[in-house]
Amino acid sequence: MSDAHSHAEIQKHKKIYLLIFGALLVGTFVTVWLNSIHFESFTLTVSIALFVASIKALLVAGFFMHLLSEKKAIYSTLAVTGCFLVVMMFIFIWSRDALPTGGDYFATKYTPLPMTAPAK
Amino acid sequence: MDIPYTTKARPDTGLFNAKLGIWLFLASEVMLFGALFSSYILLRVGADPDSWPHGLLNIPIGTFNTTVLIASSVTVVLGWAALQMGDFKKYRIYQGITILCALGFLGIKSFEYADKFKHYEVWLKTPITVKHGDKEVTTDRLIGHIDEATFKVKQADGQLVDKTVHNPYFWSTKRLAGSPEEKDASGKVTKAQVPAIESIKFGPDPFHYTMSMKDMAHAKQQAAGHAHETIEIKPADVQRLSAFVPAHSTFFAVYFTLTALHGLHVLGGALVIAYIWGPGAKMWKTDPQRYINRVEVSGLFWHFVDLVWIFLFPVIYLL
Repeated sequence: MSDAHSHAEIQKHKKIYLLIFGALLVGTFVTVWLNSIHFESFTLTVSIALFVASIKALLVAGFFMHLLSEKKAIYSTLAVTGCFLVVMMFIFIWSRDALPTGGDYFATKYTPLPMTAPAK
Repeated sequence: MDIPYTTKARPDTGLFNAKLGIWLFLASEVMLFGALFSSYILLRVGADPDSWPHGLLNIPIGTFNTTVLIASSVTVVLGWAALQMGDFKKYRIYQGITILCALGFLGIKSFEYADKFKHYEVWLKTPITVKHGDKEVTTDRLIGHIDEATFKVKQADGQLVDKTVHNPYFWSTKRLAGSPEEKDASGKVTKAQVPAIESIKFGPDPFHYTMSMKDMAHAKQQAAGHAHETIEIKPADVQRLSAFVPAHSTFFAVYFTLTALHGLHVLGGALVIAYIWGPGAKMWKTDPQRYINRVEVSGLFWHFVDLVWIFLFPVIYLL
């Protein structure tokens, strides 16, 4: 976006920025609302939360950071970063089975107690 | 000597240098936050399903802070657009709002942190039954506030006097036991005696850990308007006491590491934006294109800070 822009073009961009702002707000409230539904499956909850967050991130990167119309040098930099990020995350998750798991970090290992009947 | 390519694009990259520079910096930031997110995933999947705390963060405040940050992101880009149109006055207004939003975000976060530092979890040696609204729960773990703690203090004349403190910060099991006076070889007191706590009046929210999120929300609704039952706890019955600090659990260690690092980024970004907005604005008269580029580069950093929060909020507050 370092090139000179015409006034009409910038006015058009301003409208898009406001639309994206609205979309980001909607995305935020949708995430909070979906969380209050309490899905049975934890995997589904995580997937939905990350899906909405990814859409919001793409809107910010694509429009506010102008990544939809950038130069090749930036795309190349980000492509390399993306590859390293994936490799790093893979190494972390790969090491999962080699590490101790469970509640050893806590002073007591917690076992939930059965609920008592509501008081009359 | 002039720095080359501050306004004109370099022929090989097609970009002015600062723009490529900020993107390289942001790439390194992606790796920094990526490493911390990966650590979080590893710790989370490795924890016992029952041991990961839920519902200990304030979701409405977190949601409000998210909208504040999103609003600041849009004012940054609108400020930049105003400069492109040559409207410096409008830019000043938009970027002024950005700075206010940044301060607002940090202010709210500080309030949240301070609240955590005086919010406690107590692990009891034997389970107790507590009432809250129409629910009764038997539990060996309580979340709440230390409404009052009493201990004895020795007066100058040797008499013991009762003292109370309300809503203390940063207490732990060690504080309950107190510690004796420490002296060096010459007999000089190096550390004053910390009196042992005799009794605690604990204002609990007994629902954490004993109910599902859905039941907890219902019970809280039912209990609204009812004063909570204060419980007297003797230190001898306490197995562990911890404020909501990093030492409380892996969850809070992750929470404070990630949000504090993000908060430092907000602070850094706000300082740069404020400098460009205030004393640095002289450049608008001498070299307007370079000034626009500075605004764009600082804006890119700001959007990245927003982007990190977009992932942090659901991952830390909601999941």
